[in-house]
Amino acid sequence: MEGLKALIKGLATTLKILFRKPVTEQYPEVKRALPARSRAVIVLTRDPDGEERCVACYLCSAVCPVSCISMQSAQREDGRRYARWFRINFARCIYCGLCEEACPTLAIQLTPHFETSQRDILKLVYEKEDLLVNHGGKNQDYNFYRYAGVTMVGDKGSHISEKEPVDLKSNLP
Amino acid sequence: MVLEWSLGFILLVVKLSVVLILLLTCAAYLVWVERKLLGRMQARYGPNRAGRYGLLQPMVDVIKLITKEDTVPEGASKIIFLLAPGVVALTALLIFAVIPFGRNITLWGRSVPLVITDLNIGLLFVLALSSIGVYGIALGGWASNSKYSLLGGIRGVAQMISYEIPLGLSVVPVIMLARSFSLVEITNAQSGYPFILVQPFSFVIFLIAAVAEIKRIPFDLPEAENELGAGYHTEYSGMRFGLFFLGEYITMIILGSLVAVFFLGGWHGPLLPPILWFLVKVGVIVFVLIWFRATFPRIRYDQLMNTGWKVLIPAALLNIIATGAIILAKT
Repeated sequence: MEGLKALIKGLATTLKILFRKPVTEQYPEVKRALPARSRAVIVLTRDPDGEERCVACYLCSAVCPVSCISMQSAQREDGRRYARWFRINFARCIYCGLCEEACPTLAIQLTPHFETSQRDILKLVYEKEDLLVNHGGKNQDYNFYRYAGVTMVGDKGSHISEKEPVDLKSNLP
Repeated sequence: MVLEWSLGFILLVVKLSVVLILLLTCAAYLVWVERKLLGRMQARYGPNRAGRYGLLQPMVDVIKLITKEDTVPEGASKIIFLLAPGVVALTALLIFAVIPFGRNITLWGRSVPLVITDLNIGLLFVLALSSIGVYGIALGGWASNSKYSLLGGIRGVAQMISYEIPLGLSVVPVIMLARSFSLVEITNAQSGYPFILVQPFSFVIFLIAAVAEIKRIPFDLPEAENELGAGYHTEYSGMRFGLFFLGEYITMIILGSLVAVFFLGGWHGPLLPPILWFLVKVGVIVFVLIWFRATFPRIRYDQLMNTGWKVLIPAALLNIIATGAIILAKT
């Protein structure tokens, strides 16, 4: 008898839900705003002066667990390194974000944009011109060469956001 | 004489084609209805991409099934494997031949009965064909040369043989009341009131046994997706799988029609035209089946056998005895 009551309760529940509005979000029509830090297509950002941030250090391609990043480094007239070509195979990329973590110059970044499916798999291989964007991504003001990789001009502690050197003798007890 | 005969023949052929086309279309759209209702009962939309409200979905599915590769697994006994789905679909279609779906209509001065054939043993015909339908499942499962298919087939046979007994027994009181095996006579006997009012137990037993007979949730052990892949039709692809599928949905309609004829008074009803009444009754039963599917979990094998042999059969027998006693007391 108890079982029968449970069955009827179940039937009532399904009947009730039949007249409720479905909770489905219909994807192509309704696009949910993704969190700013969600990880999808990779871009190469520029520093505030408009220069490419990438210094072709190969850290991203080394850390990439599926080896989808490849590049060729080169040196400019003024001695700054850059990538002669830079290629990401998005058919292999797993959007893990390790490249972004490895990058010392904040050049490589993951964006929330994810709608990149293609019928031809070779179209998923992005070259440098496809990856480069005209902004600084998540940190617009950062410029690697202001902090590192440049010759010191002033004394110790005069560099940008560098602390004064500690006088060891004044630290004595 | 010859003219009369050929006119009757042409009429029969026309009737057959109309019923066949309607039945197949209904079966195809029943898939759509089921998916839609299931979706809404689970608070989602169901198919809504192919055409408005997903109305083109059945056609798209049929095109997909027809154009798919028809594979035969290695080691299968080919002839049986290829024929088995046909048995299921054919027996399902044939049952509809004896079901009356409307009052006799008059066309050009001739009375045309709205039933393909008024067999005087219609009910036995129905039970016999549903038993033959088991062969399709058993042979399909056996011929596939796959353990999942075989297990599904074995379960199907065990289940359907067990539940055919309460199914047959539960309609005996109906026969006793109508004093006929013909489905047309049974319908006519309910012109005053539907038999569900005097035979509620029979109705419940018949409904449960019939749900088990057509292998739907909660009795879908032969095709238990999560244990057996897909059960007896695991190895089938393309339109042969489609035939199994078609058979299942036609039997759903057949079941609705049988419940309507045996217990709900067939096409009898006030105000609305008879055919519409029949469709409404079939629709209600089909809706209940889909509702069951959206609600109930699959029962265990021992529960299945216990309900069949220890509950339904004794209940059906008691019901027959009680009905007989009442009829005897009245005369």
